Amino acid sequence: MKLKLSESDSFMLAGESGPAVQMAMSILVRMSEIQGAEHLLSIVSSHIDSALYIGDSTLDYAERLVDLGAKVCVPTTLNVAGVDHHGWDRWAVPAEWAHKARRQMLAYKAMECKPTWTCAPYQTEERPSFGDQIAWGESSAVVFANSVLGARSERYPDLLDICAAITGRVPAIGLHLAENRAGQVLVRLKAISWDLLDSDEFYPVLGHQIGKLAGSRVVVLDAVGVNPSEDQLKALGAAMASSGSVALFHWVGLTPEASTIQDAFKGKAPEETIDVSLSDLAEARNDLSSCTSDRLDMVVLGSPHFSLNELKALVPLIEGRHCDSKVRFLVTTGRGVKLLAEEIGLLEVLLEFGAEITVDTCILTTPMLSSEIRSLMTNSAKYAYYAPGLLDREVVFGSTEACVESAVSGKIIKDDGLWVV
Amino acid sequence: MGRINRNRKEEVDSVTENVLRGQSVISGSANGRLVVSREPLSFWGGYDLESGEIIDRQHHLSGKVVKDCILAVPGTKGSSTTTAVLLEAMQRGNAPLAIITSGVDSFLALALVVAEEMYRKSIPLVALKPAEYAELPSGHEISVEEDGRITWIQPNR
Repeated sequence: MKLKLSESDSFMLAGESGPAVQMAMSILVRMSEIQGAEHLLSIVSSHIDSALYIGDSTLDYAERLVDLGAKVCVPTTLNVAGVDHHGWDRWAVPAEWAHKARRQMLAYKAMECKPTWTCAPYQTEERPSFGDQIAWGESSAVVFANSVLGARSERYPDLLDICAAITGRVPAIGLHLAENRAGQVLVRLKAISWDLLDSDEFYPVLGHQIGKLAGSRVVVLDAVGVNPSEDQLKALGAAMASSGSVALFHWVGLTPEASTIQDAFKGKAPEETIDVSLSDLAEARNDLSSCTSDRLDMVVLGSPHFSLNELKALVPLIEGRHCDSKVRFLVTTGRGVKLLAEEIGLLEVLLEFGAEITVDTCILTTPMLSSEIRSLMTNSAKYAYYAPGLLDREVVFGSTEACVESAVSGKIIKDDGLWVV
Repeated sequence: MGRINRNRKEEVDSVTENVLRGQSVISGSANGRLVVSREPLSFWGGYDLESGEIIDRQHHLSGKVVKDCILAVPGTKGSSTTTAVLLEAMQRGNAPLAIITSGVDSFLALALVVAEEMYRKSIPLVALKPAEYAELPSGHEISVEEDGRITWIQPNR
């Protein structure tokens, strides 16, 4: 079927809404043809990953759009940027990088995007509602919006998300359409202890394992009676979207499109059933650690960006204690969450422990680590997945508790208790 | 796969020309050594835009430099920044010579569409069906044609 444009789409493509809209629409139309869309549909909001500075080309692209007069036409939030503008000089970020990354941030602000600068925009007021058609970038945010909120987004790549926000239109394909939201892969948990199911450490590991096996398919988790928190679902999704490209999962009895297993599969049969055992998970957890010694230079928490609840949960672990002087303890979060933490006195507790806070970005998206920082520990599967390649650093994955104990003692302390087969 | 037997004068000189007919997603031609990935790849955190090395340490091609090669990858996975990394690699002249995928990969296509829009340059992107993808000869010199054909020549034994 050939792509059929509406009258207003055709006007935009012809340049009648200005050159920026024309450029955005021409990219969208070419992509719609490549993807086999029959028409475009309207979105109500967008979340933009394109503001992340990668190099001159991403800056050129942003400034080209601004020069052409681009403005977003739907409420639009911004993902992490390439620099923490107010704190980069405490780290190893080169000045030229900071300057160019800042220019790229300003370009997206000039397009009237909201300066949320977080990979967890659902932790701000800008939270989509059930059934909303949206165009979101950031793999971990897309899977959250689709799965936990029941909003409808494809995985929008950098460079395309902004075209959707400028035109308010997207190709009508994939997860925008109800028929493509049915489950494809059934995941069952085999003999996993309640202690493990209750722990925060379980969800990123489960997500890492599922992502490897499910690829880009829609996952259904059948574990009725297990009710993970929003932060646990966030960690689960982010891990699935790192080792794989899962953009939608249903948790039977919990997420909004899965009141029953039949509902989650829309009456169809699963293509594949994956049974996940403790030994599979113990192995997946090992994948997330590359470090063989107990040397620790830095603990880093917050990918996706820490929520207020995750910050609150740190308090009993760190209050009255001190991070070892040789170890840096970093929490990455959004500027909105940092502000809330400050208001309720949380920030003080963190700073007294010796923690540092970075907002607007994270260790993966700004070159902030000095060469002396060789060995990291994290509770995030996403940090653990990408750090060895992207940062060329050793990494150990562990629970938040193990991360804090390690930071206090100055060396990596692993706690494998819950994972012994 | 179409095998055209080009028998020369003597048996010992005969070669087989192999042809796969793919869908040309971004049109162009290239010749080079083929590196075939069995697994999807996130270019962000997986492709070094300076050296062209595969840097996903959990990927079976980790450590391999593919910028002067034709890269076959079933598709992308993971990060939405994959597109920006490929665009930047293109702009710096550090992208692979061409990319072949199993099915159409919209992330790779987008990066190349924007490269054309911004810099008037691109590399060929060809989509094969999964069964044809499985026939790709890793390590061989191959040609990618503008119409999406992929060819290589093998001497007969």
